[in-house]
Parts: sequence; structure tokens; C-alpha cells
Amino acid sequence: MTEWPGLGTAFWLQLSRDLRLAFRHIGQAANPLMFFVMVTTLFPLALSPAPELLAAIAPGVIWVSALLASLLAAESLFRQDIEDGTMEQLALSPQPLSLLLLAKTTSHWLMTGLPLVLMAPIVGHALFLPADAVPVTMLALLLATPVLSLAGAVMAALTVGLRRGGGLLSLLILPVVMPVLIFGARATDMAVQGLEVAGVMYLLAAVLLLAVSLAPAGMAAAMRISLD
Amino acid sequence: MPQNAVYLMSTAAAAAPALLSGKSLELWRGERRLFTGVSFELRPGELLHIVGPNGCGKTSLLRVICGLTLPETGDVYWRSRKLQRNRADFHASTCYLGHRESLKADLTAEENLVFQLGLRAWLSAADIHAALEKVGLTKQRDVPARSLSAGQKRRVALARALASGAKLWVLDEPYTNLDIAGRELVDRMMSEHLERDGLVLLVAHQAHGVAAGVTRRLELG
Repeated sequence: MTEWPGLGTAFWLQLSRDLRLAFRHIGQAANPLMFFVMVTTLFPLALSPAPELLAAIAPGVIWVSALLASLLAAESLFRQDIEDGTMEQLALSPQPLSLLLLAKTTSHWLMTGLPLVLMAPIVGHALFLPADAVPVTMLALLLATPVLSLAGAVMAALTVGLRRGGGLLSLLILPVVMPVLIFGARATDMAVQGLEVAGVMYLLAAVLLLAVSLAPAGMAAAMRISLD
Repeated sequence: MPQNAVYLMSTAAAAAPALLSGKSLELWRGERRLFTGVSFELRPGELLHIVGPNGCGKTSLLRVICGLTLPETGDVYWRSRKLQRNRADFHASTCYLGHRESLKADLTAEENLVFQLGLRAWLSAADIHAALEKVGLTKQRDVPARSLSAGQKRRVALARALASGAKLWVLDEPYTNLDIAGRELVDRMMSEHLERDGLVLLVAHQAHGVAAGVTRRLELG
């Protein structure tokens, strides 16, 4: 029997390669973040700079922008690898494809999801979100953005074989991530009103656990279909 | 157009058990049957040269054998076990060189190999340098793949096969874009690999330069 490197090594190798590639194209990787910041800061300009109005719509604006930013990012997740033949090589390696795709998704989240979490305080400030609600919003985004990335990855794996899968991809992802949007925006809203948010947070955490455990298998199965 | 594969066998010794075999493979693409009744056996130290006109399904057959595409009927066996049950071991023993070189344009030749081979074998930097030297790319080691010529990219892919330590090489048109010296390099690599009891699956329109006796031919279409 041939011996090959373990799962941890494979995960780390794939993750570090994708991060290195992303850093060599930092402009492209920063696109979703730019989108998030632009959309959220356009609202005060377009509506009215009245603090009461902005504070009232802030939870919705932040969460809808985060959702759309991650939708925007999902399209490019596997496309490059399919086009240059890298994905075939991953499918033909002795490592489980689900693990490698999970590593790819992790790197994708680090480049597109995590920056949204870190940018939330600044965006919140621009929208007059009460300071008390900012930590809750960040934590909720920290739980929700990986779910958005994972759901996006499953659907991207499914549609990557199609010529123009972009529109279809959004249609497929939106229903799946709707609960995340509802609970996330609710968490921020409840924090603004000074209510207890633990229940919503637990729900978001549960959704994240479900996504982490199920999505990799789904990605791998979908990718094998796309490669066929 | 229904086609039957013709299987020609040279005088290779049939003593050792077949390491890789396919039994009555059939593949459809949409409404078209690409091939049917394709069977083959490959023992250590043997080369199978798959030939046929454009579009007759040579690359598809390679993808079926590698497990990327599921055949309509038939099975592929590796070490006498069905491929689907033996996937990790088969993939660890196989190096597939497709039409595309699977290189990341932003990574150097060396980085590309480190990341690709790291998933399948424990390799030191020296192993990878040795493979790159063998294909004549010592100077281009730190050049991003986007600056390499088509032939040089093909050579990086050949270096991957050399360093992979794989038992089975699956080569889809390895001569493409290579100069005369490069084509001789491919022949030499294959001969040496066969001498080490390796297996080669080759799709190529031109004749290969490997000594007869260990080579078989499979005609599609």
C-alpha cells in the first residue's frame, strides 16, 4: 500500500496555496468587501442622513449587504480551478475531495467573509448603529458568514460546469441562506432594543454546525457531477 | 455512430496478473455512443497506446479509467478490485497529465509542483529540483507559470509525473507543444518508467518511441 500525507497536511497545504494565490490578486479578493462598504455607505447618501432613520434601517442594511457581498463572491470560488484543470487533479488525489473543497472554502471565507465581520463596527458607526449592538452584530456575522460561504460553495460546485451559471447560482443560494439573514438581522435588531440575544445566537451557531458537517460532502458530490 | 473497439495485443508476457484492467466499457455522450465493448489489461512494465481519429473518445476513455467519468456499463479494476472501492489507493498510484497542465499562472513552477505533489507524497525540495532538472527547467524554477512557454508548461507537467512516484502514468497527448528534444524526453521517461515496472496509458496521434514488446495498442473508432 502506498502511503500519502495525512488529512491535516492536505488541508493546510490546500489552504495555504489558496491564500497565497488570493494575496497575489488582492484586488480581486477585496471585491466583496468593497461592495459591502459601498452599499452600506450609499444608504445615508440616498435616503437621509437623519440618525433616527439610519439607526432604524441599519440592521437590515448591514445584513442584506453582507448577504449580497457573499453571493457576489461565491461565483468565482471554483471557476478558476475548473478552467485550468486544477480541480481534476484535486479529484484525482488520494485525499478526500470534501476535505480539499472545505479547505478552499475556508480560505475563501478568510478572504471574503472575515473582512465583513471586521468592517462591521465602522459600517455600523456610519449608520448610527448603537454602540451596544456592535459586538452582537460582529458575533452574529462571525457565525453567519461561514454559513454563507459554505452554502455558496455547494451551489457553486453544482453550477460551475454550466456555461452561464451566475444567475442560477443566486437563485439556488438565496432560499438556503434566508434563515441566516432572518436570524442575523433579528439578532442585531434585538441588541438595538436591548433584548436578550442568546437564543438567536444559539440558533445561528446550530446552523453553522449543520453547514460545516453537511456542506463538504455536498460540495464533493456536486463537484464530481460537474466534472463528469 | 456505433463503434467497436479493436484490441490488438503484442507479444508481451501474459504471466503476471493485470494491475489495471477494463471490462466491456461503454460510454454515451448525450445521444451519441462514443465507444462500446472496450476491454483491456495492463501488467507492470506495459504501455497501452490508445489511438483513433479526433472525437472518437480517447480522452473520455482516459477519464473513465481514472474514475472522473462514470461509464454507462462496464467496470475498471485496479489491483483486481473495482475502482470505486479502491479509489484512494488508485489515485495515490496514478499520475494524470491532461490536455491542460493544471498550473496556477501566479505560482512559480516549483510552487506549483510543491502544492500538487504535496497532496500525494512526502517530497523534499531536492526531489522537486531533481525532477525539474531532468526536464530541463532548472533556470525557470522560480518563474511564474504565466511567463512560461506552452512547451515549458508541458515540461513542468512532465516533471510532476517524474516526481510523483506514481505507478501508473496516464498521459493525454504528452507530445503536444514539445520540441524534438522534448519528445525524445517523453520517450525516454516512458521507457525508464516501464523498466521500473511502471504502467503507462498513452493517448497520442503520433507513434511513440518506446521499444516494442512491452507495448499494446487499443484502436478506438
